[in-house]
Amino acid sequence: MSLIVDIHRALGSFRLDVRFEAENGVTCLLGASGCGKSFTLKCIAGIEKPDSGHIELDGTVLYDSERHINLPPQKRQVGYLFQNYALFPNMTVRQNILCGLHREKNRAEKERKLKEMLKLMQLEGLENHKPAQLSGGQQQRVALARIMVNEPRLLMLDEPFSALDAHLRDSLKIELRDMLQRFGHEVLMVTHSREEAYNMSSRIAVMDRGRLLTIKDTKDLFADPGSIPAAVLTGCKNIVPARKVGDREVEVPDWGIRLQTAQEVRDGLAAIGIRAHYFNTQTRQNRFPITYVEEMEEPFELILQFRYAGQTADSPPVWWRLSKEKRPGEFPEALGISPANILLLYE
Amino acid sequence: MSFDWYPLWNSLRIAAISCVLVFFLGIFFAYYAARLPRAVKGMLDVILTLPMVLPPTVCGYFLLLIFGMKRPLGIFLLKFGIKFVMTWYGGVLAASVVAFPLMYRTARGAFESFDQTLAYSGQTLGLSNTYIFWRIRMPACRQGILAGTVLAFARALGEYGATSMLIGYTPGRTATISTTVYQLWRTNDEKGAMFWVLINLAISTVVLLTVNMLEARQKKAVKA
Repeated sequence: MSLIVDIHRALGSFRLDVRFEAENGVTCLLGASGCGKSFTLKCIAGIEKPDSGHIELDGTVLYDSERHINLPPQKRQVGYLFQNYALFPNMTVRQNILCGLHREKNRAEKERKLKEMLKLMQLEGLENHKPAQLSGGQQQRVALARIMVNEPRLLMLDEPFSALDAHLRDSLKIELRDMLQRFGHEVLMVTHSREEAYNMSSRIAVMDRGRLLTIKDTKDLFADPGSIPAAVLTGCKNIVPARKVGDREVEVPDWGIRLQTAQEVRDGLAAIGIRAHYFNTQTRQNRFPITYVEEMEEPFELILQFRYAGQTADSPPVWWRLSKEKRPGEFPEALGISPANILLLYE
Repeated sequence: MSFDWYPLWNSLRIAAISCVLVFFLGIFFAYYAARLPRAVKGMLDVILTLPMVLPPTVCGYFLLLIFGMKRPLGIFLLKFGIKFVMTWYGGVLAASVVAFPLMYRTARGAFESFDQTLAYSGQTLGLSNTYIFWRIRMPACRQGILAGTVLAFARALGEYGATSMLIGYTPGRTATISTTVYQLWRTNDEKGAMFWVLINLAISTVVLLTVNMLEARQKKAVKA
């Protein structure tokens, strides 16, 4: 089971160059809107065509510009869950799912598979409803049922939660994650939400302006994003230019401080990142005096903004995020940060 | 002498046949025009819509230029016994040309508002393009296409200008309701003309009621 993607396309001033390989499990393409992640899925599905490149799934070439291979979407056996689920509005739930079973010629077998899927997806009793009569979550389950009975070799999900209300999202995430684990094939998911990426996937490919920057195991990516776009996408709030001054020391001119790092600093350092959760009142290391700027309250957390004593006037304040019960009685005069929590971001 | 119902019969058959022709041609061009490059599409769009804005007599003039008995194509077709001038099926040609843009434009509007991801998801499920077209795209655009068909039928039924240019008026052979009204009026048969006017009014009213009903259903479908 493997997917090899290497595609290129120029669209006006936008260039797309994406190359990656994915194996079993859930791989997530994480990127801001317009970075080309949905287009990449469409190329794999055969709905869009890149200018050049090669796409291969389980040893079958789906697309190869040099060998003039471009299988139509019908022959690719790739499941595609669209953002709006794309249920056929004129058909009932039953008819929609039967569309995915059109290859099964044996009537009894067809009916059996349909019944089985309706049960698995908790859609029993809704067979004769039209899509417009269903809730967002039910629509998603019908769309997935229709894809699953079609037995795809690869399942692709395009922003699967964007059409849902926030309160539905979390319960559906768990449902969908369990279902994807049962699926047992490769899953490729596109999202701009780091929470969804973290919840759902085992590996994340970070995309930025048409390029695929890194592909890493999810936990590793959040622990060490490695580049500025990846740090931004994984939700790092404090990103500031820095330069190497020692094997384990960096200088941050904008903040007027030098920081010790746990990781060895390589050449080509562009910036460092510090997650807003990682500042600490107790830590002795990397401890520098600060002044309070302002704060913002969230339901369960507090965002405090501060400046370092030697910070330049035009650089933005630093974010410190902590749970409300941990709020110090008095604003601390200095904050420390463990060297292990300094993210090194390279060119 | 029994009453001559020929104009009604002839008008209905001309309208029905051109309606069927225009239905398929309109859908065909609407579907394929949408996929052409922009420049070609713009040109084609102008040509296909022209009969709607030109005076029907001008359309008739062009038809005579092409299919006239002294024109190459007219002479060529006559070898196969096909003659569009002064025949009832010439009326089908005239009515089709004039009614075509109505079908084409309405169908194109319906296709353009179609959610393309429906077709894509059909393709990834392995459904054939023909299946997707007839079972997913057409039903989704049903109301618009039906409205276009009814409009095209009504236009074909009421066609006068191009018809009179191409097939003239021969009682019992090429006479239609509209050419009969004119002919009867011209020969001072006011009662006869009034009779056909009333028939025409009745048919047009039914057609318009149908269009309104379809539009109301479309609105309801959009709301749902």
